[in-house]
Amino acid sequence: MPLLEFSGKSVEVDEDGYLINLDDWTKELGEFMSTQDGMNLTEAHWEVINFLRDYYAKYQIAPMIKILVKEIGKVMGPEKGNTKYLYELFPDGPAKQACRYAGLPKPTGCV
Amino acid sequence: MAKIPKPEQLSKIDLEPKKHWSQFPIDIRPGMYCHGAKAKDLKVLELPNARDWSPAEEDWKLPQDWKQTVLDGIKERLEKYRSFHIFMDVCVRCGACADKCHFFLGSGDSRNMPVVRAEILRSVYRYYFTPGGKIFGKYAGARELTVDVLKEWWYYFFQCTECRRCSLFCPYGIDQAEITMIGRELMNLLGLNIGWITGPAANCYMKGNHLGLEPHTIKSSIEFFLDDIKDITGVKIEPTFNRKGAEILFVTPSGDLFADPGTYTAMGYLMLFHELDLDYTWSTYASEGGNFGFFTSMEMAKRLNSKIYAEAKRLGVKWIIGGECGHMWRVLHQYMDTFNGPADFLEQPVSPITGTKFENAKSTKMVHVIEFTADLIKNGKLKLDPSRNDNLIVTYHDSCNTARGMGFFEEPRYVIKNVCNHFHEMPEDTIREQTFCCGSGSGLNASEDMELRMRGGFPRANAVKHVHDKHGVNMLANICAIDRATLPPLMDYWVPGVRVTGTHELVANALVMKGEKERETNLRAEPLPGKGGE
Repeated sequence: MPLLEFSGKSVEVDEDGYLINLDDWTKELGEFMSTQDGMNLTEAHWEVINFLRDYYAKYQIAPMIKILVKEIGKVMGPEKGNTKYLYELFPDGPAKQACRYAGLPKPTGCV
Repeated sequence: MAKIPKPEQLSKIDLEPKKHWSQFPIDIRPGMYCHGAKAKDLKVLELPNARDWSPAEEDWKLPQDWKQTVLDGIKERLEKYRSFHIFMDVCVRCGACADKCHFFLGSGDSRNMPVVRAEILRSVYRYYFTPGGKIFGKYAGARELTVDVLKEWWYYFFQCTECRRCSLFCPYGIDQAEITMIGRELMNLLGLNIGWITGPAANCYMKGNHLGLEPHTIKSSIEFFLDDIKDITGVKIEPTFNRKGAEILFVTPSGDLFADPGTYTAMGYLMLFHELDLDYTWSTYASEGGNFGFFTSMEMAKRLNSKIYAEAKRLGVKWIIGGECGHMWRVLHQYMDTFNGPADFLEQPVSPITGTKFENAKSTKMVHVIEFTADLIKNGKLKLDPSRNDNLIVTYHDSCNTARGMGFFEEPRYVIKNVCNHFHEMPEDTIREQTFCCGSGSGLNASEDMELRMRGGFPRANAVKHVHDKHGVNMLANICAIDRATLPPLMDYWVPGVRVTGTHELVANALVMKGEKERETNLRAEPLPGKGGE
């Protein structure tokens, strides 16, 4: 498995850059992953990432996009409760990109 | 992740290979294959040689005695499956299959001609198992098993979706899907599966479904749908879970519970069953209709399938309805009865609404929801307003397994035509038994092999484009959860503007329910035709 070098430590990730051991996650690691993609995480990004982590803790899976949309709409206001807004925040897709920064496994979608 | 070429580049395909297939080098190219199976999943499934490995690396970490293992594996299967033995012997290389494969049509790679895909295994069979091959070697089309041959097998057996379109045209009826299945079984003896198959299979083995949904996750997902249904229709639905004594157990692919547009199909089931006041239950144990074990080995397929009958027995239901899915039905229809049956504790399915006896399900006791619904409509049991789907110009994609494997040609069309006013068929050599695969079936619907998927789906997309251009088709209906996952990116790539739907989403949109409020939107929360927007 590939390794991600971060603040003097090696963290195991899969082929697509998702953490192998979810316990390796820290807020700083999430930040670090995003800067590697040339992103700058704002409060709005963290709102999404934190929700993903909370949902995962409860359900052991990343939420469906529409659950995420509804939740963000509730917290950030209805004008932001849509997929367009989430894609603006995470251009590679809220499921894929935000889950990676949140230290969650790669979402499987439908199999 | 490998970048996919643009459609204009990808559609330049040379279908006339200029050399003998064996003269083309094997190029294991990013975008055309899936990640290797992970150690942790192989361990869960108790498969051999559990270790992390990468197809991109030279060393695949094979066990020391890999060659003997494969040869023993071939021998065992030749003795066990007469069909396999015959398929290894009878091909006359007439070439009727060559241009019938979607992967060949989308790639021009000669090893994607079904005849060659079989030949890569046959040549080894000849070398070790036939007198002619042993004596005359390459003059008899025989060759030794080497690491390079093994890699060739792996690459091309995971470029076949087991759709069986080629078999339809074979004068001998050679079933390439079975050859691929055996090829993949041989790979599994060495721990050479792909992660996209073993991950879901391991989830299914441990948690009951491919996505790894826990019971409370399933329940919360369905409750989320119920809230949406209440908002849209005003109807409050209260389904039951794991209820003993229900008449019917309902089993559907877990993808319908968690990924759009399958979620709308799941809302469709909920609304239909509620309207019928059907005495049925969901199960959080038998929570997967699909079977990725089927893409691993027969043993694994049997193991993952066993929970359906086990749950039916535990709950004491009379029979089972299964949701819209493709490969799920290949297993249920053709294997379940002998894998885990006879289910003599169940009764022959009879629709409680129409009294229809499902003769075809006499043995398995499991009915596909599309025939259940077609029968309801035929008997006038549903109040339908197809004009609610008037913004849709629909065509129907026959899923390989339900079409070629079960003969479901009329039922889905009958249902769609009763719930939609605008329906157009794709060209006849691309539908019904001649249907083209979505290009991503049999566990190939990962994201890292997107070029392969776009190539394999090219013939299907091409036929959709034809009706899109000619009739303005904007919705591609199907009865398969894999289709619902794989066709949206295929359409976005080749035919933007065409969306994808399960058939029961269309049914639920048209279904006039008792006590419903005047609907303003469809299940996707888009305004109904004539209700603003458009």
